[in-house]
Amino acid sequence: MSANETAMVNVTGEPLLINPNKTFADVNAEVAAPIERKPGKLWWIFFGISLLLTLQFAAEITYQIIKGVGIWGLNHPVGWAVDITSFVFWIGIGHAGTLISAILHLFRQRWRTAINRSAEAMTIFAVMTAGLFPLIHTGRPWFAYWLVPYPNWRYLWVNFRSPLVWDVFAVSTYMTISICFWYTGLIPDFASLRDRSTGWKRGIYSVLALGWRGSERHWQHYERAYMMLAGLSTPLVLSVHSIVSFDFATSILPGWHTTIFPPYFVAGAIFSGFAMVVTLLVILRKVFKMEEYITMHHLENMNKIILVTGMMVGYAYATEFFIALYSGNAFEKFIFLNRAGGPFAWSYWIMVSCNVIAPQVFWFKRFRRSLVVMFIVSLLVNVGMWFERFTIIVTSLHRDFIPVNWSYYKPTIFDISVIVGSFGFFFMWFLLFCRFFPTISMAEVKQVLWNSKKAAGKVPATPPEKIHA
Amino acid sequence: MLELPFLKPKPVRGILALYDSPDEILTAAALVTEHGFRNVDAYTPYPVHGLSEALGIKKSWVPYVTLVMGLSGAALGLTFEIWTSAYDWPINVGGKPMISLPAFIPVFFESGVLIGGTMTLAALLVACGLPNFQVPILDRDLTNDRFGLFLPEKAGPAWNEERAIQLLRSTRAVDVRVIRG
Repeated sequence: MSANETAMVNVTGEPLLINPNKTFADVNAEVAAPIERKPGKLWWIFFGISLLLTLQFAAEITYQIIKGVGIWGLNHPVGWAVDITSFVFWIGIGHAGTLISAILHLFRQRWRTAINRSAEAMTIFAVMTAGLFPLIHTGRPWFAYWLVPYPNWRYLWVNFRSPLVWDVFAVSTYMTISICFWYTGLIPDFASLRDRSTGWKRGIYSVLALGWRGSERHWQHYERAYMMLAGLSTPLVLSVHSIVSFDFATSILPGWHTTIFPPYFVAGAIFSGFAMVVTLLVILRKVFKMEEYITMHHLENMNKIILVTGMMVGYAYATEFFIALYSGNAFEKFIFLNRAGGPFAWSYWIMVSCNVIAPQVFWFKRFRRSLVVMFIVSLLVNVGMWFERFTIIVTSLHRDFIPVNWSYYKPTIFDISVIVGSFGFFFMWFLLFCRFFPTISMAEVKQVLWNSKKAAGKVPATPPEKIHA
Repeated sequence: MLELPFLKPKPVRGILALYDSPDEILTAAALVTEHGFRNVDAYTPYPVHGLSEALGIKKSWVPYVTLVMGLSGAALGLTFEIWTSAYDWPINVGGKPMISLPAFIPVFFESGVLIGGTMTLAALLVACGLPNFQVPILDRDLTNDRFGLFLPEKAGPAWNEERAIQLLRSTRAVDVRVIRG
């Protein structure tokens, strides 16, 4: 801990969230700086790579739509592989954003203010990326609207007892509400940007800010509406990954048919999402010089959540394994022994070492506060969580009931292309967001700044006495 | 600023006092209310807690919209599920009952959240009268580091421009301006 950081402690010894010597105007100037100057070389390099990956993704999807899903390594009995793995992975990534913005808001965790905007953006882009996978997996994405109940000439309705239909509702609701929540948070910041800019930029930000003036009458509605959206998002985020887990849990396949799935999936989603937030923020604060806003204290808090959720995930692995052995069900028992010792054992052990063992370094404060360590661990967790879904999906499918059905799944070049492409697509949107939108909520940080000033004794603790005319 | 017709501000008249801290504006807000000024508004870069109480602004009705719309959305979702699955074209799927309530829960819940959430945002916009590009920006720093107290002309029965200016000057305002259109 540097001398500068030790000074930033309040009366109870907790670190201040922001340097109390900053002014309100500093916040606007520093948060708006990356938007107002031309992007640096580093940004162009990252953006260029992401764009290339996205282009090859688009090419792969086009080719796959022309040729059919057969170009992937999918075949009987492994009918779901990289595509559904990536779908579950990306939906899971999104969950941290909503957790940070909604659940931490309800629990009045003030440290969320510096990171909620970028985490919410991450949610939206992750859900966008996730949404592509079931669409291309159908093989005939031009009929995707059949999933939506609409009056049609066949007089048919969707089957509301099917988890795949639940998924459509859950994911589209999640996307819509996340955008509503994000945009609500952005309105006051767009107004700040409008009042800083001139010319055509001012025109754009004026329209985006919808004419927001910061009137107290409006703030009154705004704060309550924001609270309501947070309240709705909280059960929503828990429901979305529960419903995703129902895709598996309601089937009769051993390894999928378990009641532990909803909480296990939600914990895993938060775990992987926080790891992704750490990955992104370590880069973001460096590239855009946001170290004073996204402090070591913020990153340390997130690493603590990674440690906790990582152990919840580890506990779930242990529980499902134990129950499988204890159940006395031969198929159930076999599936789990096959996971840990069968042809896909490598995937299982990647999952265990990345998700259960790697985060254990966060028991130590030194490692929780080391950028290098947290960056590596966050990448490992992302890898581990991708393989968790791969393990659940592919190893359960590849050896089911009758040995004559058994087979091994080998990805083709096109499978690799969609995985890599989805990362490119996600990062492309995120980089564009960093370039054009305020990555930190200015209005919320100012509130925290005032509290920091009070805690540090920079301003009187109570409002000044009334001065009578 | 682009001179588009819908962005052209409508004139307003009144007195604006600017402060550089949320505490100063809280004190000043309580003071003007005490002196009988009504319909006073404040423009702040972030929500200052206690300000609406000091200005006598009523609590927001937006949460009622969330409640009513959330419940209606859920009811609509469930009704639709029952109608399509059991009445409009009943199809026996795996021998499950036509009205399979437990299986209907996810869509029932999601439709409640979807309608409740989107209507909350809509209610916020309606409550604030947004989008509205015709309200003038009194000062560009009001979304940055200034906290403005605005007394519109004829603010309450006690309105007296001279007195209002004097009262605001007596507070720790960094600037007091008369706004005319």
